Amino acid sequence: MLEIRWHSRAGQGAVTGAKGLADVISTTGKHVQAFAFYGSAKRGAAMTAYNRVDDKIIMNHEKYMEPDYVFVIDPALVYTSDVTINHKDTTKYIITTHMTKDELIASQPKLEGKEVYTVDCIKIAQETIGRPIPNTPMLGAFMKVSEMYDIEFFKESMKRILAKLPQKIIDANMIAIQRAYDEVK
Amino acid sequence: MAFDKMELRDVEVWDGNFAAAQAMRQCQIDVVSAYPITPSTPIVEGYAKFLADGYVEGEFVMVESEHAAMSGCIGAAAAGGRVATATSSQGFALMVETLYQASGMRLPIVLNVVNRALAAPLNVNGDHSDMYLGRDSGWIQFDAYCPQDAYDLNFIAFKVAEDHDVRLPAMVHQDGFMTSHTAQGVHTLDDDTAYGFVGDFKPMNDMLDFENPVTHGVQTEEDWHFEHKARQHNDLMTKVLPKIQNAFDEFEKLTGRKYNIVEKYDLDDADVAVVCMGTSVETAREVALEMREKGIKAGVVGIRVVRPFPFFEIQEALKDIKAIAALDRSSPNGAPGMLFNELAGALFNTDTKAMLSGYVYGLGGRDLTKKHLTELFTELQANVDAGKITTPLQQFIGVRGPKLAFL
Repeated sequence: MLEIRWHSRAGQGAVTGAKGLADVISTTGKHVQAFAFYGSAKRGAAMTAYNRVDDKIIMNHEKYMEPDYVFVIDPALVYTSDVTINHKDTTKYIITTHMTKDELIASQPKLEGKEVYTVDCIKIAQETIGRPIPNTPMLGAFMKVSEMYDIEFFKESMKRILAKLPQKIIDANMIAIQRAYDEVK
Repeated sequence: MAFDKMELRDVEVWDGNFAAAQAMRQCQIDVVSAYPITPSTPIVEGYAKFLADGYVEGEFVMVESEHAAMSGCIGAAAAGGRVATATSSQGFALMVETLYQASGMRLPIVLNVVNRALAAPLNVNGDHSDMYLGRDSGWIQFDAYCPQDAYDLNFIAFKVAEDHDVRLPAMVHQDGFMTSHTAQGVHTLDDDTAYGFVGDFKPMNDMLDFENPVTHGVQTEEDWHFEHKARQHNDLMTKVLPKIQNAFDEFEKLTGRKYNIVEKYDLDDADVAVVCMGTSVETAREVALEMREKGIKAGVVGIRVVRPFPFFEIQEALKDIKAIAALDRSSPNGAPGMLFNELAGALFNTDTKAMLSGYVYGLGGRDLTKKHLTELFTELQANVDAGKITTPLQQFIGVRGPKLAFL
């Protein structure tokens, strides 16, 4: 079982990102689950979304999760939410930030000793898609860190999932995914 | 047909809401009269989009409240159409008056109920308070545990409800957010196969049949009211479960997916069993398997058909179980929980010496964790080892503050 927790603000696309990732993984024959905690969430409110992936059918519906990966797609949530809650020794963090890894860890000591990867998904999204929607770049970074799928396969799969968007936006997302894949450290 | 078909992949990653909306599209519903409410909104929103995009030939009626939504469904169903809608929680509560009209008038409407807590305090998350509120309304109630079930049970609901020997409305329940907003793989049917299973709508006593005028929504006082109610109850008690079984059998032949009126998991040699509904059934199944690795013979019973209550099927399922937990996701407010009462009623005149204890859990969407269920199965095993119930009969799982226990 692979488990992922997303930290996001409502409106940044974590739910869409989680469902998109689930959709891609499902096409490879694995079982998936994607869900989120909403509450009476308003745009901009901190929220979490979740993925489960397994070779067997997923029957577990508990919301509690000790994630293998934590995705933080808004840079400020590292300080205002506990992104390390319910962590395991092996939990990996992919965090959106403009800082270097050392600067980030110095600014948030809870990340000390953790396996942390950084990438500036907000900047990448703004420069490619033209809006600060950091969900697809995060998935590009995840492909690099996890080595889950070949990046070309992943981009082709994402094209199908984004098919309802204008071609220009789809193309921009592909560049964003590739950039995050290349730039994550 | 004057509408477009939709190409679906064999497995789509859908949440429970979208799965229900797709099933409604494939059933080609004539009229959806709806007033959206969280967390069921995407069901009627989805149907409306399919309609606007030319995938359904039907009518979407926008109304001013859930009371009006169900009233619109009743009118359309009496006129002679295939009718459905969706609601949750407060919306369901506002519908209650009209729910009794729909069942009393024997109108086969399908209502997707995305289960959500009832205020106060206001809460949009999943529990079974609305499902429990509807349990005496004369509707058939199916319960889904995951998005796949929410998809499949819609077809089955139409097939059973519209059967001329049944002619009763049916609810398809799914857990708010835990199913409705959780995306999982759903095995799909192609449009023709899905529609073929449900079949063309066959009107009965429809008001638009001017050659054969009928009256709907009559008044009967002490002269006839009781006979109508007794006949409705009779049909629920005697006709509905066999029809559901037939529909389950046919559906299995078509899809390979097997549903049962009472779902039994790892029950054959079980000493202890949890009886529950919704997503909790699946989580409990996973925990039961883990308990077996620890040497506790654990099983799970899922209620698939809440109404009519499967009295004899429950007796049969639980006959050899030594300790049973009834899990109710709704505050009984001054009584044992509904499932506790129904199980006690079913088992009371049998030879079973089973120990039955009740648990209230998960109100307002409170998480039911695997850890909770592990403790629960362990507690049931302790009852078996002691030969008596070692706890009060009614306990609360997962509530903060001092431990609450009654009876």
